[in-house]
Amino acid sequence: MDIKRMTLFAGHYGSGKTNIAVNFALWLAGQGKKTALGDLDIVNPYYRAKDSQKKLEAAGVRVIASAYANSNVDVPALPQEMYALTEMMDTCAVLDIGGDDRGALALGRYVPAIVRENDYEMLFVFNRSRPLTRDAQSALGILREIEQACGLPFTGIVHNTNLGRETTAETIVSARPVLEELTRFSGLPLRFTAARRDIAPLLPGDIGEVFPMELQKTIW
Amino acid sequence: MAEKILMKGNEALAEAAIMAGCRHYFGYPITPQTEVAAYMSRRMPKIGGTFLQAESEIAAINMVIGAAAAGKRAMTSSSSPGISLKSEGISYMAGCDLPALIVNVQRGGPGLGGIQPSQSDYFQATRGGGHGDYHLLVLAPSSVQEMADLVFKGFDLAEKYRMPCMLLADGTMGQMMEPVELSERAGESAAKPWALTGTEGKRRPNIINSLALEPQELEKWNEDRFKRYDIVRENEQMSESYRMEDAEICVVAFGIAARVSQNAVDAARAKGIRAGMLRPITLWPFPEKALKAAADQCKAFVSVELNMGQMIEDVRLAIECKRPVSLCCRTGGMIPSPDEVLSVIERAAEGGK
Repeated sequence: MDIKRMTLFAGHYGSGKTNIAVNFALWLAGQGKKTALGDLDIVNPYYRAKDSQKKLEAAGVRVIASAYANSNVDVPALPQEMYALTEMMDTCAVLDIGGDDRGALALGRYVPAIVRENDYEMLFVFNRSRPLTRDAQSALGILREIEQACGLPFTGIVHNTNLGRETTAETIVSARPVLEELTRFSGLPLRFTAARRDIAPLLPGDIGEVFPMELQKTIW
Repeated sequence: MAEKILMKGNEALAEAAIMAGCRHYFGYPITPQTEVAAYMSRRMPKIGGTFLQAESEIAAINMVIGAAAAGKRAMTSSSSPGISLKSEGISYMAGCDLPALIVNVQRGGPGLGGIQPSQSDYFQATRGGGHGDYHLLVLAPSSVQEMADLVFKGFDLAEKYRMPCMLLADGTMGQMMEPVELSERAGESAAKPWALTGTEGKRRPNIINSLALEPQELEKWNEDRFKRYDIVRENEQMSESYRMEDAEICVVAFGIAARVSQNAVDAARAKGIRAGMLRPITLWPFPEKALKAAADQCKAFVSVELNMGQMIEDVRLAIECKRPVSLCCRTGGMIPSPDEVLSVIERAAEGGK
């Protein structure tokens, strides 16, 4: 995988951006790269990158998130520390962007610096099992809305079709026709297919590079 | 069979409402239920329905009253503080015998509280919530699939008994994502000869009203309504039992608390404690019959709740205080861990409280 200094994950609400961003940051750190993860989600009240803060910090990843994330207040604010992501040139930055166009709006203020440096990958996370991205046209619609909201065009697609705990290799493979349409309609390359670590080895070779992931555990 | 898709609880209940024929949604945003309104705002215009973000919760519930009086399947949704605001309107609906679906995706309270999950509106939901003698049908889902299934059930029951129905979820249920299968299903939409649909000069006008001019008349309305509640109590209690066959410790929990408790029951069984769980699905009517039967079999009960202990009162009433009932609870947006539940089960098994 060709790694840019900044990797941004955006996409439809609930497409799996946070899980991928957390796993991607851990993977970068595992390769010995100095890594920081920025949580730019100002939309989602629960299930934030901050849930994985301990694990990330234990792996040496610097976590930059709102002091209000996972707290009892609902304040769509970002810390000033977030600017470090565009200024620490020696650090691989992973950005978890909020869902849909509304979530991507918060990215806008960092876009001039990101474009100036021009060493980034802006990835659209696609889950074909989500109700509003069942077909390529609908997914493309959301992709364009996000680009318009934040002003940063996508450079690639991450395939993350999953049904949570019930995901099988078949779930992922069956999304292939829609995925192919999406890459064709958008003109964007497939960067990788994300899959739970136990499913990853079961996937066929023609689904793109496979990125194995751990999922956040719950108590229920 | 429809293909499974991955949905948030809030999205699943919204789509289920549309599938159940609801075309009138009136709401006002509040975390953690805002996705319901967001989903409705995307879907309703495409299917000729009405999505209306009202100027307040009070306005929204009164719009529901209007649509319901016209015989339409209508709904609103909110979270705890917003439900308090709607309570006046809910009382009016009960007084007018109007069916509708009201969703409460609970957050921590009292007051402004917080945005993390809670079950602390149990009293408010099961005792009516607003002023006057009345009940709501109260349904408590514990999975994203059930968030959808109970929406169909809720509309049907509301119309069958001419009562408002509350879907009592919590922030976790609303926000969690799980695979769900949604398919159109034949509902039991009851006839509505009472609805305000226009007489066309062919019948006497229907009147929908909660004001009685004579106290004798109001008393009669209330007594008649409570006769209907007796039928609901007799026929509509729903619960699910888990590993109850030979259980001597009965855990009672609903919603997210039941998910955690199920893991605790398994852990207790692994330690040789015969634990089981009764999960109320209807909170009103409370599943008294199942609890009463369990009281003959079990030596102790454990009520697990995301509040300071509310359902525990109904557990004690249902089992007529025949057995000790312990409480395992967290509040303020916290969720008890399976280990916390397990330790209360262990103490109950040893005969302590």
